Amino acid sequence: MIRYMWAIVRRDLLLVARQPAEMINPLVFFLLVIALFPLGVSPEAALLSQTAAGVIWVAAMLATLLSLELLFKLDHDDGSLEQLLLAPYPSWSLVLAKVFVHWLVSGLPLILISPLIATMLFLPSHAVPTLMLSLLIGTPTLSLLGAIGAALVTGVRGGGMLLTLLILPLYVPVIIFGASSVAAAAQGMAIGGYMALLAAMFVFALMITPWSAGSALKL
Amino acid sequence: MTESSWRMPRWFHQMGSPKWFYGFAGILQPWFAIAALGLLTWGAVWGLAFAPADYQQGNSFRIMYVHVPAAILSQSIFLGMAVAGAVGLVWKMKVAFMVARSCIAIGATFTAIALVTGAIWGKPTWGAYWVWDARLTSTLVLFFLYAGIMALNQAISERHIAGKATAILAIVGTINIPIIKYSVEWWNTLHQSSSFTLTAKPSMPADMYLPLLLTVLGSYCLFALVVLMRTRSQIVQSQSGASWLMQHRDITGA
Amino acid sequence: MSFTPSFDVHLLCTSALACERDSRVLYNDLNFVVKPGHLWHVKGRNGAGKTTLLRQLAGLHPVDTGEVLYSNNSIKMIYIGHKLGLKEQLTADENLCWLAGLDGSSTQSQRYAALEHVGLRGYEENPVAQLSAGQKRRVALARLHLCKADVWLLDEPFTSLDQQGIIDEIDWLRQHTRAGGAVLMTSHQDINLPNVKILDLGQYSPLLGECLPDKGSSII
Repeated sequence: MIRYMWAIVRRDLLLVARQPAEMINPLVFFLLVIALFPLGVSPEAALLSQTAAGVIWVAAMLATLLSLELLFKLDHDDGSLEQLLLAPYPSWSLVLAKVFVHWLVSGLPLILISPLIATMLFLPSHAVPTLMLSLLIGTPTLSLLGAIGAALVTGVRGGGMLLTLLILPLYVPVIIFGASSVAAAAQGMAIGGYMALLAAMFVFALMITPWSAGSALKL
Repeated sequence: MTESSWRMPRWFHQMGSPKWFYGFAGILQPWFAIAALGLLTWGAVWGLAFAPADYQQGNSFRIMYVHVPAAILSQSIFLGMAVAGAVGLVWKMKVAFMVARSCIAIGATFTAIALVTGAIWGKPTWGAYWVWDARLTSTLVLFFLYAGIMALNQAISERHIAGKATAILAIVGTINIPIIKYSVEWWNTLHQSSSFTLTAKPSMPADMYLPLLLTVLGSYCLFALVVLMRTRSQIVQSQSGASWLMQHRDITGA
Repeated sequence: MSFTPSFDVHLLCTSALACERDSRVLYNDLNFVVKPGHLWHVKGRNGAGKTTLLRQLAGLHPVDTGEVLYSNNSIKMIYIGHKLGLKEQLTADENLCWLAGLDGSSTQSQRYAALEHVGLRGYEENPVAQLSAGQKRRVALARLHLCKADVWLLDEPFTSLDQQGIIDEIDWLRQHTRAGGAVLMTSHQDINLPNVKILDLGQYSPLLGECLPDKGSSII
């Protein structure tokens, strides 16, 4: 089964290498949303630094959702999803492999670029490690939960909007604890509890996603 | 290929038969209709006309007799939808999927009623139609969950697949609801936007909560009635042409 | 062939298999046995459920009524449908590599040999997007030679192939069944092989409006 998952991971990474736009587009989208915020609200440092945590988390969430739409859709359209499902391995391993690549391609770049974003939004520098850590635990959760929606809308026309409707409500706890942890760190408060909660949600998503996305793919 | 289903008593499998369910639901329907009408009327008249006014909120609290049942039902229906969906998935029972799909619209309606009455109640209590109160916020998220399931159902044209998709999403949503609820509550205490919760009264006199109990029970009966009716209509659609259906007295009118 | 052919046992069979789509019954009470050496040609008008039947046998379409029984769990099947399952951005060789990697492994020389077998020598490193429809079909069919399987489930395998391609493929079908494999395929074209068995889905489609016996009621 490890070999099966590895075959999927290797193929998807190869595809990303052939079409780097898949990786770059969500990142540019993320930057764009962040840049729109000061334009729409106010470029004032005091206000921005206060709202930075929430803005970064919301933007990360939207960027993740944007790239999730195609998670299974491309494979479904060209028939390779059928072949993946036909292999004699449980469909949850397929889900986990796909989600892993998705996070590697869309989540990890967001984390790496987040210090830059934090500076642009005047987030206090001592909160930056917390921001990165919370994104590190939180973005895999987003990818996992989103995979459920992506699997459900796979065969549906115009699934992008639908995916957003299905998944955003499930993201509520992640954004609350993710953004709160950064805000707490900015105020110099302890963040251990937040990280524990984020980690708990990651484990939770890891438990429900493989089953539900796997069975949704087989509909 | 077929997974061996868990052994269940005979009546359970009987319920899964559209024919049997159609007939049984037809018998139950009038009773639920009578119960819903009676309980709701009794509770509403008692609550709106005879229950004493609240010492703090005056008469405005009476909207509770609509708000609280709607709020309770909005959550129970989601749970019911998930249970029906799980039954459908485990025992491959088409009727269970139909029941789950019948729950969506009525659940979303109750959630909308809870939101609107909550906002109306909020105006005299908080001075604003909307505050980011923990309960209102989690009810709003619940409404979004319903909206998502409804949208998914409309997007999938094949009924059988739509039923399974609804089931999976309802189960995932139900597992998530407590987490969403607690995270919103925690977020609410952090931001201290309101310190006054609408319904958590220290001690409600019997004259106030008994009518509430009646309206809650009445709403459950109303919900059961609507689900039975909608499931029956789905059975008619899916079994159109089946001989047992054509001979049923509800169809022939005999 | 990687498996030992034993012609007396069946590879898979169906028992009272039925398929219902949007409350319309496509076929009902379908019973047939697939043994080594069999070549089943599934026939039927458009919308008779030919594709669905192959997908049910492959395990891609849920079986709600009736059963599909396999001789054992290790029986290997290859399903090639309308959608070929090829990634346009990847080369022919890379596509075969991941397809074979799903359940086993392959060396480059094996993949090159398979591609040569289907007449694609010299196209190994071309992205599939640059190939013609017939060549894409050939890449997909190359899997039949790369991954040895007991049962081939082929949905319209002659689509967009040229005349020589069709002749070649019929020859592969003959070799495969002779070696103890089995084939189930749909095609609007007749196959000129002596061992072809016809499965006409039209014979299994119920009268209009007839319903399946429900699972719940059949248990009682």
